[in-house]
Amino acid sequence: MKLFKIRGGVHPDDRKARSADRPIENLPMPSLLHIPLQQHIGAPAEPLVTRGQLVRKGQLLARSQGMISAPVHAPTSGRIVGIGRYPAHHASGLLVRTITLKPDGYDEWDDDCKGEADPFILAAEEIASRVAQAGIVGMGGATFPSAVKLNLRERYDLETLVINGAECEPYLTCDDRLMRERPHDVRDGVLLMARALGVSRILFAIENNKPQAQQAMREAAKDFSELQVVGLPARYPMGSEKHLVQALIGKETPARGLTAEIGVVVHNVATAAAVNDALRHGRPLISRVVTVTGGSVTQPRNLHVPIGTPLDDLIAYCGGFVDEPAKLISGGPMMGQPLPSLRVPVIKGSNGVLALSALEVRHAPEMPCIRCASCVDVCPCGLLPLSMSANIRAGSLEASVDLGLLDCIGCGSCAYVCPSHIPLVQHFNYAKGELAARQRAQHKQGETKRLIEARSARMEAIKKAKRDAMAKRKREMAAKKAAEAAAKVDGTQAAEAEA
Amino acid sequence: MTETALLSGPYAHEKTSVGRTMRLVIIALLPATAVGLFQFGWPAIYLFAVTVVSAVFAEALALWLMKKPQKPFLLDGSAVLTGWLLAMTLPPWAPWWIGVVGALLAIIVGKHVFGGIGQNLFNPAMVARVALLISFPLEMTQFLAPQPLLSAGAPGMLEGLAITFGGSAQIDAVSSATPLSHIKTELSRGIGVDQALQDTDSLWQLTVGTASGGLGETSALLLLAGGLLLIYLRVISWHIPAAMLGTLAVLAGVFHLVDPDSYSSPWFHLVSGAAMLGAFFIATDLVTSPVSVRGKLLFGAGCGALVFIIRTFASYPEGVGFAVLLMNACTPLIDHYLKPRIYGRDRKGEPLDYTKESGDA
Repeated sequence: MKLFKIRGGVHPDDRKARSADRPIENLPMPSLLHIPLQQHIGAPAEPLVTRGQLVRKGQLLARSQGMISAPVHAPTSGRIVGIGRYPAHHASGLLVRTITLKPDGYDEWDDDCKGEADPFILAAEEIASRVAQAGIVGMGGATFPSAVKLNLRERYDLETLVINGAECEPYLTCDDRLMRERPHDVRDGVLLMARALGVSRILFAIENNKPQAQQAMREAAKDFSELQVVGLPARYPMGSEKHLVQALIGKETPARGLTAEIGVVVHNVATAAAVNDALRHGRPLISRVVTVTGGSVTQPRNLHVPIGTPLDDLIAYCGGFVDEPAKLISGGPMMGQPLPSLRVPVIKGSNGVLALSALEVRHAPEMPCIRCASCVDVCPCGLLPLSMSANIRAGSLEASVDLGLLDCIGCGSCAYVCPSHIPLVQHFNYAKGELAARQRAQHKQGETKRLIEARSARMEAIKKAKRDAMAKRKREMAAKKAAEAAAKVDGTQAAEAEA
Repeated sequence: MTETALLSGPYAHEKTSVGRTMRLVIIALLPATAVGLFQFGWPAIYLFAVTVVSAVFAEALALWLMKKPQKPFLLDGSAVLTGWLLAMTLPPWAPWWIGVVGALLAIIVGKHVFGGIGQNLFNPAMVARVALLISFPLEMTQFLAPQPLLSAGAPGMLEGLAITFGGSAQIDAVSSATPLSHIKTELSRGIGVDQALQDTDSLWQLTVGTASGGLGETSALLLLAGGLLLIYLRVISWHIPAAMLGTLAVLAGVFHLVDPDSYSSPWFHLVSGAAMLGAFFIATDLVTSPVSVRGKLLFGAGCGALVFIIRTFASYPEGVGFAVLLMNACTPLIDHYLKPRIYGRDRKGEPLDYTKESGDA
């Protein structure tokens, strides 16, 4: 298939060979699972269980609340030992609401977890609704509730489903393994999603550095003419949703918009496998494949892990560290998040745990910008990272917004090539966060002002009412007095008259 | 974890640094420099060394005055490169103090007054070169025919010292105008280009570097090779050199076709003077050139046009230094108006609207 050109991009050393040939292994059940109530974009789930309660595998632990949210299920059978706060799978390490489950070792499924022998008889709405019930979210790392995306057919004219098997982040191999080992499950999940979306064209995009995965998917898809496996040149950030779509169909998604506006919905490979499991077997999203790798990991592996497993257990299973890692990362090295410690659980969006050595991170002291424009050349969004960063440093965040800060996808290509080692993404993230905070503050200020004005208006009204009442009373008193006086006068007059 | 700061990613980095960029440029300059030093012998070697050492010294002095750390900035190679580029444009047998004053002007006035590396508006080497040319017109225009090392009549080590440091008058005996200034003089005397060309270095000499000219400017071929290496290594992009040389060649070509007697051929323009050095090593200076592709094309074309205009219509025989400085002044303006198109937006910055487009189609 003819591909279209996308702008910029870089070719980082992919270092996938370390784990790409390790088959997916099941991690032994850990002694405790910490299941956060928020593992997705949107509102956190609302717990339905209480401390001490016995639950079975796949049982609903917390229901979704709101339009954009996802439920959470028990990864195994056991006892709920607490609903409290636990460090989040996030750079901040903040404490978040978490259900702690002590596995009983039986791993017994809940009776409600029943699948369809032939899920392809289900209607589109039913597929989307079961995906929502299974708590499936985008497993490429974005963790956006998948059912919301499957329901886009209601609002947009959709033509194409794109499956993102690019896995363009270096190091990660979990999607690669999934495509190699479970191509039929992935394919069925893809076909089910296409059915839910009502599209008849599916482009399954896999980077050319994964020939076995391409082969396996082509083999699995050969009887399905609507499903086409497309090889992509290996280039970062080929897996960026909007750029992937551009490479495949040649159209850019309008700024700040959704790919659905140009008739395309993108889903991830692991999400497809999860959809298949949910519909065919009735299994909610309670486990996932995680790549554990990096120069400091003794034995890089691809592990099938229950959600909630502490990262410590994953590293221990991989033989611990060879040496003290320079960085611990959740996700890939380009867009992943730094982790403050391993005392955090695996969540639905965790595709990798990396322990990188200093040699791999290649950290160097920052130097002044020499305006080499490497960042401009590699930016896939056509931005001027050097000018945005200079403006942010000078404190003029608005100027950086004018230059397109909010169109930045944070891919990190600019910082990757910067010869001066300027932490450009750090600057952009700071500015985005600061702008959001200012917007909130401004909103709050506006609200406060509105409330104050409303209050003073109310007080004024009350005062006025009081004044009016007083005036009215005064008038009445005066009238009464006058009447009395008049009566008196009348009386005297009458008396006089009588007299 | 050995690195505890929780900075945003990426947690991988290309093998690149400011020092590496500067070193690659220096490597690309080496062949042409070697030929220049060989052609002009010991005095050139001394002048070159004095200029580079002065540049590094000036950098150290400026860093000390600005209270900036010495090590990272001295080791990044930028001062060496500035001194190197300046030396390449000097008359090879110029006295030592030309190199010293030039280096001080380049590093202190051209660079650190603006705030150091990355902050300067103008190319430091060209600031120095133009300042020297205006202040010391005699010393800056005394060129000579090549006197290759070890050849008969070439000054030896000690004679070279006398020429560079002792104010020896030996240069008067061998001085020879550069082809560009020769043609300018002859034209002013009413002698046509064709005839004038016969008394000066041939195109072939200009191409390989056995002609009269600046210390490292003469070998067009090796400068071209070095420039192509930099493009291949992605230190510079092809846009500025291509636009600059292309514009120069096209303008020269048009004028040459119309009146070959008064205007030199495009080939002559490309291989003479500092055209090649300027196109690949000076106009492409990262700090002082625009960042976008369209900006680079415009910048290069402007340099090429100005070089032709100055060479042809102004009183100076060579115009690369002036042309680059004038275009440097336009860089902020070019960067402001010629930005890349943002993904998902049209050139005006509005989000793409497919409904309108399909309506048109």
